[in-house]
Amino acid sequence: MRVSLKWLKEYVDFDLAAEDLAHRLTMAGIEVGSIEQIGQDWENVYVGHVTSVDTHPNADRLRLATVDLGEEKITVVCGAPNIAPKQNIAFAKIGALLTDSDTGEKSRLKAARIRGIQSEGMVCSERELGLGEDHSGILVLPEDAPIGIPLETYMGDIILDLDVTPNRPDCFGMLGIAWEVAAITGNPVNVPKNAFAETDTPISKRVSVDIMDPDLCLRYTATLIDDLKIGPSPVWMQQRLIAAGFRPINNLVDITNYVMMEYGQPLHAFDFSTLTGGKVIVRRGKTNEPMTTLDGEERTLSTDDLIIADAEHPVGLAGIIGGGPSEVTETTTSVLLESATFAHTAIRRTSSMQRVRTEASLRFEKGLNPELSIQALRRATELFVNLADGKPAKGYIDEYPGMVTIEPIQLGKNHIKRVLGIEISIEEALSIFTRLGLQASTTNPETIEVKPPFWRSDLAIPEDLIEELARTIGYDVIPITLPISPFPSHEPDPMGDLKNQIRHLMIGAGLQEIITYSLVSEEMLNLTAPENLFTPVRIWNPQSEEQEYLRTTLRANLLKTFSLNQRNVESGLKLFEIGRIYGKRDNELPEEREILAAILGGQRSELSWQGEDRDIDFFDAKGLLEHILGHFNIVATFEAAQDPVFHPGRSAVIIVENTPVGHLAEMHPNLNKKFEIDTEPVAYFELDIEAILPHIHDGNYQPATRFPAVVRDLSFIVDTETPSGSIHEMIRTFPSVVSVVLFDIYSGDQIPSGKKSCAFRVMYQNPTRTLTDDEVDIAQRQLLEKLQREIGATLRD
Amino acid sequence: MQEQLDDIRRKALDELAQISNVGDLDEWRVNHLGRNGSLTTVLRQVGSLAPDERKEAGANGNKTKTLLETSLEKRTEEITNLVLEEKLKNDRIDVTLPGTPLMQGRMHPTMQTIQEITNAFVAMGFQILEGPEVEWDYYNFEALNIPPGHPARDMWNTFWVDYEDKDGNRPMLLRTHTSPMQVRTMENREPPVRVVIPGRCYRYEATDATHESSFFQIEGLTVGEGITFADLKGTLYEFARRIFGMDRQIRFRCDYFPFVEPGVDMSIDCFNCQGKGCRVCSSTGWIEIMGAGMVHPEVLRRVGYDPEKYTGFAFGMGPERIAMLRHGIEDIRLFYSNDIRFLQQF
Repeated sequence: MRVSLKWLKEYVDFDLAAEDLAHRLTMAGIEVGSIEQIGQDWENVYVGHVTSVDTHPNADRLRLATVDLGEEKITVVCGAPNIAPKQNIAFAKIGALLTDSDTGEKSRLKAARIRGIQSEGMVCSERELGLGEDHSGILVLPEDAPIGIPLETYMGDIILDLDVTPNRPDCFGMLGIAWEVAAITGNPVNVPKNAFAETDTPISKRVSVDIMDPDLCLRYTATLIDDLKIGPSPVWMQQRLIAAGFRPINNLVDITNYVMMEYGQPLHAFDFSTLTGGKVIVRRGKTNEPMTTLDGEERTLSTDDLIIADAEHPVGLAGIIGGGPSEVTETTTSVLLESATFAHTAIRRTSSMQRVRTEASLRFEKGLNPELSIQALRRATELFVNLADGKPAKGYIDEYPGMVTIEPIQLGKNHIKRVLGIEISIEEALSIFTRLGLQASTTNPETIEVKPPFWRSDLAIPEDLIEELARTIGYDVIPITLPISPFPSHEPDPMGDLKNQIRHLMIGAGLQEIITYSLVSEEMLNLTAPENLFTPVRIWNPQSEEQEYLRTTLRANLLKTFSLNQRNVESGLKLFEIGRIYGKRDNELPEEREILAAILGGQRSELSWQGEDRDIDFFDAKGLLEHILGHFNIVATFEAAQDPVFHPGRSAVIIVENTPVGHLAEMHPNLNKKFEIDTEPVAYFELDIEAILPHIHDGNYQPATRFPAVVRDLSFIVDTETPSGSIHEMIRTFPSVVSVVLFDIYSGDQIPSGKKSCAFRVMYQNPTRTLTDDEVDIAQRQLLEKLQREIGATLRD
Repeated sequence: MQEQLDDIRRKALDELAQISNVGDLDEWRVNHLGRNGSLTTVLRQVGSLAPDERKEAGANGNKTKTLLETSLEKRTEEITNLVLEEKLKNDRIDVTLPGTPLMQGRMHPTMQTIQEITNAFVAMGFQILEGPEVEWDYYNFEALNIPPGHPARDMWNTFWVDYEDKDGNRPMLLRTHTSPMQVRTMENREPPVRVVIPGRCYRYEATDATHESSFFQIEGLTVGEGITFADLKGTLYEFARRIFGMDRQIRFRCDYFPFVEPGVDMSIDCFNCQGKGCRVCSSTGWIEIMGAGMVHPEVLRRVGYDPEKYTGFAFGMGPERIAMLRHGIEDIRLFYSNDIRFLQQF
């Protein structure tokens, strides 16, 4: 909303500088986005009076204009076709900064010799002054323009560009802003009086209005004005409309825009001669009913659209845009002037379905009070009479099915204190409400009764009034305190704690955290999602195919990020994400699960003078995973598994207490290729964080035993296929064994084919006494016998 | 006898001082203290002395022996140290060579900011909660005083889930803010409530330097008896000082959100230009940090809280935006670029 301060002063007086006013409005909730100065660079431009226009001796299309500037007269060469004696014009002296009408750039005016005649100045067009786009002729100023004064004094203005919040449609009108200024300054608001004479013919004799859908049209008011003289609107009105961002068209259209800018109420003028049967019908569109709107669009209506129709055809999309044939034209003499109130939901829906937003729909969408329509109607009718010589029929149409009564609001003094934390006296509150245009009175010493005015559709409950008080005295006046209400008792948040701990462990292990989009493409899901886990949730209105589904896996995102970064690092790349996956459920919200996923590849350590390290593989990922799980005293087992995403020989399911909690693998080389990853192998794991939560335990303190441990190495040969994990587990659970480490594994020379040699370092210890060598020998022998018996191990010499 | 002992001592100590390697030390020991060494030979004669001389000679002999032994020990240590020092002197490294590198992992800047912000509120008695990202229209809008067709719905462009209920409505969406958790929290517990809720949100918006269709928010909610607008100011003031520093100016102005009344916009003075007006603050001198306000009585009523008894305040902010302001990051899209060259700067 562009607010001309010159125009604003017509409704309320203020001496605040523009910056101060902008600050006060912003603090009060009417945010001023920018302040635009019009004419601030118009130095050396003055209001001049053309005393005579003569022909140029050397050019047919140029003329010599003599301009009276009060203290001097200057004759200049002028090419504008519309220049004429007795006009008041904007005259630029040498040195004025003007906009070049061809290039749009600003430059200083220099003296010039044009076809042999010296010209010391210029009569300006709108465009040269930066006022608008018109360069068809010079700008003609009103007859009463004071000759000789700087143009800036006469026409300069300051525009505040407001970002109006959706609850304040009144601030889409100058009067609404005026009430805000009144609240700040305490000055009164001058509302236009709107008196005009009517003819004797009652409007009801000539027009009938029928509201077929009263739920969508709360009120329809209209006047009928005849004998209109169409032409340009007065310069002052044009200036104001231009300042507000409108393009002046003709007096009739300009008046409707002008009054909309004053009151915030959109109006529409129909050429009455085009309305078949003198009838206005407000109804829903019919399915596939065609209609052409003023913007030239051929539209197809639906029963959701509210339209204005005459006896036969649609003549307007209600509250949004008029229909082509009923438009006011140069030949229009009679106008049906509509000022209606439409249901904001209907306007919003049609505006979005038909993809058309106008100044009218912008205001209707916010919800206007039906009482506003009649005020604006009378104002516009008055201007039709005064500025276009119109003759209004007697009375006005007023169909009002959606009559609303504005209930007074009771506001207790204690309520103010309870919400704001400070006292505001009844007297001060009454004064603030009155300045804002609210009818306020006291019903008892502790309570104020407030009747909101029709333009403030946002005021309904006491808290709304408390905000009015707070924003008017200023939020900065309210003190700063801390709550003294009791601390709530808080439930523990094990999931949040676990995620944070895991995050820190991963960072400590040298992995970089990433956050990727949870919306992914169908293609990515097809490539990487685990089978039969989650059904993906589809977005009904995706922005692109790239982001059509909620992810059911983090795999694709990690692969993408890996691919993206592989050239950004000198050595290995280690990334992780803690994020959600989403699975569709019937008629309820999707399941959302927190997943930890990590992707690792490339050289194990950074490039260094100490020589190259080996490449990251499956076991680095596994070590990392065991490090994380070990931190929480979780023992996991791993079972080889198949998943088309992974290397068929290097893929495992992570199992904790018989429950699968994730996957550990190297990525399938073909998948790496799809993601343009050059590194091989790429190790990966994913862990369902919620699934491990129940298995976390703190562990009880075990005193360190003072009896010495005995360490023995045990080497034997088993089938290659025997998983080392199960051998390890057999040894670990053997009596007296306190720890076991696999320290060598070998196959090849001297080992029969299909066999492998394993070497374990086993530590025996008894917590209550020193083990003798004999006891350890016996234990070692029994252990070996067990291994022979159960997995066919043979001792290696 | 005494003279002999003196000679041996003098000679032996002179010799010892000349020795410079460990092998010679042993030879010295054999020569003087060994079975046939000079001192041993003399001491052996003590027994043949007259009884009155024997005692003194014996004592002097032992004294000499002890002296030689301790001297040997001392010299041995001296020589060992000399040898070691010599060896270490040759064992030289280039101390300017880089250390063995450890891979550097870092937390994502968004997460860092979320943790800092939530920690500030935890210190003021807030509990951290999380909630679903896929929501019902009811929680995202209706229960927050934004019924269907409400003009304020335009403030949140919405991604809808491809799901129709039996009435043909499409009531499931990706939450456009963390505010639905206000309602869920109050539905699940009795006042007093003091929670802070970080989480992902989604908006159907064209992406540019300051807009992302996917972003994080941190929501806060306090409800209890006697909670006032002044408490809102105080709590957010404490937060802002902790996150932005003690010198920041803080401004509260009126703003509109349908689920609060009165509504608040909190800004801080621009740290780039100290409030003079620059590109960072769009020449206003102020930077908006969050929206806030007193919880709307209609929102309280819907969850069964008595608005006559309880009041509260709520607030919401964007951690990416705060990280951008603090670190001078000019494009929000960097947070999702996952370019390690960006991420490893935090």
